[in-house]
Amino acid sequence: MGEELKVRTMAEFMAEGKQPEILFWVGSAGSYDDRAKKITKAFVKILNKANVDFAVLGTEESNTGDVAKRAGNEFLFQMQAMMNIEVLNAYEVKRIVTCDPHSFNCLKNEYPSLGGNYEVIHHTQYIKSLIDDGRLSLEGNTYKGKRITFHDPCYLGRANSEYNAPRDVLSKTNATIVEMKRNKSTALCCGAGGAQMFKEPEKGDMDINILRTEDALETKPEIIATGCPYCKTMMTDGIKFKEKESEISVMDIAELIANT
Amino acid sequence: MEYIPNILFAIILVLGVGYFARNVKKLIRNIKLGREVDASDNKSQRWKNMARIALGQSKMVKRPIAGIMHVIVYIGFVIINIEVLEIIIDGLLGTHRIGLKVLPESIYGFLIGAFEVLAVLVLLAVVVFWLRRNVVKLKRFLSSEMKGWPKNDGNIILYFEVVLMCLFLVMNATDTSFQELGSGNIISQFIAPWFQGMSESSLHLIERSAWWLHIVGILVFLNYLYFSKHLHILLAFPNTYFGSVEVKGKFNNLEAVTNEVKLMMDPNADPFAAPVEGEGDEMPAKFGASDVMDLNQIQLLNAYTCTECGRCTSACPANLTGKKLSPRKIMMDTRDRLEEVGKNIDANNGEFKDDGKQLLGDYISNEELWACTTCNACVEECPVSINPLSIILEMRRYLVMEQSAAPMELNNMMTNIENNGAPWPYNQMDRLNWAKEE
Repeated sequence: MGEELKVRTMAEFMAEGKQPEILFWVGSAGSYDDRAKKITKAFVKILNKANVDFAVLGTEESNTGDVAKRAGNEFLFQMQAMMNIEVLNAYEVKRIVTCDPHSFNCLKNEYPSLGGNYEVIHHTQYIKSLIDDGRLSLEGNTYKGKRITFHDPCYLGRANSEYNAPRDVLSKTNATIVEMKRNKSTALCCGAGGAQMFKEPEKGDMDINILRTEDALETKPEIIATGCPYCKTMMTDGIKFKEKESEISVMDIAELIANT
Repeated sequence: MEYIPNILFAIILVLGVGYFARNVKKLIRNIKLGREVDASDNKSQRWKNMARIALGQSKMVKRPIAGIMHVIVYIGFVIINIEVLEIIIDGLLGTHRIGLKVLPESIYGFLIGAFEVLAVLVLLAVVVFWLRRNVVKLKRFLSSEMKGWPKNDGNIILYFEVVLMCLFLVMNATDTSFQELGSGNIISQFIAPWFQGMSESSLHLIERSAWWLHIVGILVFLNYLYFSKHLHILLAFPNTYFGSVEVKGKFNNLEAVTNEVKLMMDPNADPFAAPVEGEGDEMPAKFGASDVMDLNQIQLLNAYTCTECGRCTSACPANLTGKKLSPRKIMMDTRDRLEEVGKNIDANNGEFKDDGKQLLGDYISNEELWACTTCNACVEECPVSINPLSIILEMRRYLVMEQSAAPMELNNMMTNIENNGAPWPYNQMDRLNWAKEE
């Protein structure tokens, strides 16, 4: 990525008595996981390029509790939620953007009844609005004519009915978008949701990410685009399993756009 | 003596409807064993959902072949049942085709003609359904939970429909005065020749038999519903009304937990304070669900509504990759256990006697519950707004919060979140390190 990333924290904004345009919720995967960190950095590069005045919570951010909730640990979820809400409300946060559909869903739908009311936006929606508002222009023809298939993350698609924003962004790259047979509301899960990311799968005939990778391979793509750090990991592993990593790359939409 | 048929008809009608009403009462009692749930919000949206999904069959047609066949049977069923109205009036008053006396001949002929055409379409659709289940052997009808009674149940319903439709057509074909009328016998005029050469009295006997068997058949079918997956023809309506009006990703926050967490986090809270009268005593006896009484009433209504079509299971990523989990089985198990509890209550003078069994373990295994990715594919697929995922989550909650019985890796993950605010063992102070890395 070369150029240095400009990242400021809410605490720094507060010290200057300023409010950022938007808070970037990095999430646990985006903060610590090597593959997800690439998405985080790519998204920051986009925010810098579009001159977005954004902040992160940095060390004051904690896990949303989403994965604990899906695993059945409502106590841990609500403890995490209330701690985060305390921090967010103290900073008077109004708008949040995140690259993780699980954080997006949790912050948007499950925090309000616990006292956390924010406008929550997924990064594909935010990138789309930056392009639509003329703040971000896509130069170059990096992806012109390339075959890209988009894997819908369950927590962006089915869970929140957002199918268009990622596709709209992809269409701006002049790539050829090819749909898998299971797409949008009938898209197949990558296999990571519901806390599966953190455990071995139950006994079966195959792993879910392999089946989903097969769906993607049927479209003969050059790039598999995702909008979720967990989906990216699962699909990348699937492509490796199929020994196709030299021909097909798995990229988050933020990475795709940051490269144009 | 001449009133005997009328009296006999009235008795059969009262018995048929009465026994059904008794079972409906039982069904409502069983559903009320569940936790209460507030669904008084979004009334207009709920009516719209019912009109669109149940009445309008909007989700059925997502799979075109089964969808269109189903719409034919559904429309046929609803419209042909108008004929039952005439049968009931005729039966009670001892009249014959009262419709001809109150309606102009042309309109009556049009109605009966439409019923006859629909009856043939229903027969065709039912044959296709039977072939799909027994000859084509669609994968979703062959799952392990479909062995035995569920498979027979599916076929019995189809046989019922064939018999009822045939009786209706034969009844019209052997009604000489109706055939002479020449209006509305669009289909039956082609069946009438099969009975040519029979005497007037034998034709009358066949006509009367078909008429009686038709109405008795309908009453038997009505009473069969309670014991069958076919209850959906009635329950699809309340079920789509009570179905979720929220986005699918939103899982409910347990209020009892909120109260406890708030208490834990509030430095000023007095843990020994006496609870305010009428407040806070709604705390459930346990967190999550291990048996049907721990589920809410909508989830139990879901279980009775399920018609075991298996669209959920055919879209479930866990099931598609050979795991034990099948969302349809979750619903079937819930209903089976609820029925078992209901019978227990009947046998013990209205009181449930502990039978040493529960939904968790005796019906649904931990292995099934932990295979779920919470992807909502099953919820999306269901043509009548059933939510198997909510039951899976409720049972996971019981496993984790009451039994600490999560898989070890998940316990590690949760410990990490508690200690470091991340599912991995990284220091919270390193959370912004990515910004400085190359």
